[in-house]
Amino acid sequence: MNFRFDAAQEAFYQEVDSFIRRELPSGWVESSHHWPGGYGTIPDFEELNPAAEEFRRKLGEKGWLTISWPKEYGGAGRSHIEQAIFHERLSYYRAPGPGIATLIVGPTILSFGSEESKREWLPRIARENTRFWLAYSEPAAGSDLASIQTRAVDDGDNLVINGQKTWSSAAHVSDYAWMLVRTDSTASPRKGISLIIVDNRSKGITIRPLINICGFHSFNEVFFDDVRVPKKNIIGERNLGWYYAMFALEFERLVVPIGGFKRVFEELLQWCLEVKRRGQAATSESLMRSIMAELAIEIDVAYMFFWQTAWMIDRGLPTNVEASLLKLVVTELSQKLASAAMRILGPHGELEKGAKGAPLNGRVCTGYLDCISALVGAGTSEIQRNIIASRGLGLPWSN
Amino acid sequence: MDFGLTDEQEMLRKSARDFLQKELPKKLVRELDESDEGYSPDVWKKMSDLGWMGLPFPSKYGGGDGSFLDLAVLLEAMGYNVVPGPFFSTVVLGGLTVLAAGTEAQKKDILPKIAAGNLKLTLALTEASGRYDAKSVRTTATQQDGSYVINGTKLFVPDANVADYLLCVARTKAARKPENGITIFLVDAKAPGIKCTLLKTLARDKKCEVIFDNVAVPRGSIVGRLNQGWAVVEDVLEKAKVAKCAEMVGGAQAALDMAVAYAKERVQFNRPIGSFQAIQHYCANMVSDVDGSRFVTYKAAWKVSEGLPAKMDVAIAKAWTGEAYSRVTLLGHQIFGAIGFTMDHDMHLYYRRAKAGDIMFGDSAAQRALVADELGL
Repeated sequence: MNFRFDAAQEAFYQEVDSFIRRELPSGWVESSHHWPGGYGTIPDFEELNPAAEEFRRKLGEKGWLTISWPKEYGGAGRSHIEQAIFHERLSYYRAPGPGIATLIVGPTILSFGSEESKREWLPRIARENTRFWLAYSEPAAGSDLASIQTRAVDDGDNLVINGQKTWSSAAHVSDYAWMLVRTDSTASPRKGISLIIVDNRSKGITIRPLINICGFHSFNEVFFDDVRVPKKNIIGERNLGWYYAMFALEFERLVVPIGGFKRVFEELLQWCLEVKRRGQAATSESLMRSIMAELAIEIDVAYMFFWQTAWMIDRGLPTNVEASLLKLVVTELSQKLASAAMRILGPHGELEKGAKGAPLNGRVCTGYLDCISALVGAGTSEIQRNIIASRGLGLPWSN
Repeated sequence: MDFGLTDEQEMLRKSARDFLQKELPKKLVRELDESDEGYSPDVWKKMSDLGWMGLPFPSKYGGGDGSFLDLAVLLEAMGYNVVPGPFFSTVVLGGLTVLAAGTEAQKKDILPKIAAGNLKLTLALTEASGRYDAKSVRTTATQQDGSYVINGTKLFVPDANVADYLLCVARTKAARKPENGITIFLVDAKAPGIKCTLLKTLARDKKCEVIFDNVAVPRGSIVGRLNQGWAVVEDVLEKAKVAKCAEMVGGAQAALDMAVAYAKERVQFNRPIGSFQAIQHYCANMVSDVDGSRFVTYKAAWKVSEGLPAKMDVAIAKAWTGEAYSRVTLLGHQIFGAIGFTMDHDMHLYYRRAKAGDIMFGDSAAQRALVADELGL
């Protein structure tokens, strides 16, 4: 065993860290309100920010946006520990990074797409000037995703799509939908689904904003009325889309904002030391010590799940259970961090961004709301526990 | 980074599991738990033949040249099988203390005997407060002629009932800082003036009250430096905490394995109870606790093994693992239902030890206080 970075990993850590500190727009870390684990405050999901786009362009020049791609397709050819280092540092600075296009769409097309699909989509995705949103959930298909009803029927060279998607994060600031549609209603639910790319500008698409409890327009409901899409936009084989989408989850295993937890913890600790010095703590000193120690411990545990998962992928060990464990541990930590921060800050924690004297720039107030989404988005905690129990422990799948 | 065990460590783990499964069935564990000695001399002999007692000692003292990490691997296997007896006291609390602080003569005398299974040792540290701080050490050793005379009462001394020697932590000088003026003495457990009373405990681990009533020991029995023993105690406590964590990780894994196996075979409402999400989610929570405990425990063990500063990591591991093991065994009991509440069932062996392990060397709240200290709060 060895819990230290080796020389190459250490060098990469330093390279990424100093790059971010040099290139990130000034004031970014302080003003970004993204709460670790939350899905409702991711800056890119709300509106396009030119400074963020510029930073992302520079990441692209370093080849880091496609860090998870194989080398022969323009990937960085880095180990998963190094990818983990990259994501850890990015999230520590709450910095913009690879999006759905490079994290999910690109690698899926690489694995399952036809030559034509690869030629058509990969170059522009690699440049990261094409943005995608995940058109998965529907009003009647949440945790039971395989029950989607949005249908695509044949019409010559096209498919005609009718239905509704919802909780569609960033649909309003994206170019294309990465979409699950039902192409065979006679097959069992999982066997009649296809994965298709749909241009947001297509006629018949209506995007309506949903405002989340943080007050942000991060997600939407999207209606498809006779939307015509060329059949060549189907990725891989028709009716195998469910399996591609499940497999694609593997590509984002390490994309957890682990560094963000450390960052908020450090900010809280600073606050604690400051109020302690001034004798103005909102809680008793012993309670403050106890809460902060609990947080330090839980963050350390979460970090170990993070590095362990990366190490296992590098070793070629199966990690679908670890991916669920990591998601579960990290998102639950999102809520623990928020409620612990509230207990530490007392009434100061209720101050929202912009309010006079709001500690941590009001991040905790917003985070206390956004952490609700952490345990719901991208597969609820209950779904993760189902996966751990069934795939990990071999208990019978319960539905 | 490398989170894997070496081939040798994998072999050690497997052979230890196999050996214990065969030689220490739960029926024997139960008998030993209820006995006064708390261990089987026959199994003890076999364990020493396998080289377990000397594993972390250099070969020149009859040991196996193993690392602290190797010892952690062995202890995890022992925890899996809830091994009763004075192994932990002898090897970790006693042996590692002598190895770290003893004179060459003491090491040459004591360690080979431990390795051969011929000497049992323990650490007499805690007193009435049950705390692991220097302030709580009130037992005194005063100089008289060429020797020291020890007076005081040690409480919760593990395995003193069967130990041949005690490492007694005593105050040799009044000092403003409680950490100063503490000395460790190697004392014959049969020395005149020592009275040992076995206390019946939750986990049936053999904790004792040891009264020192004018116990005379020669000056040569000091282990480490006069008045500077507390640093040695802190060092061994750090190792003991991680070693206890390794045991607890093994125990938690066993409790999880038992519960999952039962959830697959127990049928209610015409289906295995493991098909119900309520049970599945319990199991998933157990996995998360077991894995998390293992990760932080081995990180701390690695740091100790490498001689790196490990204060924070050790406190984190102990705080997390102590509570996690208790949570895991509680859920285990919930899954087993009434059958788990019977004395004949194995789950309570783990449930008891989880609490004992959490309390020993400072419970989770005490460890969190150490973490807060390290954070500068």
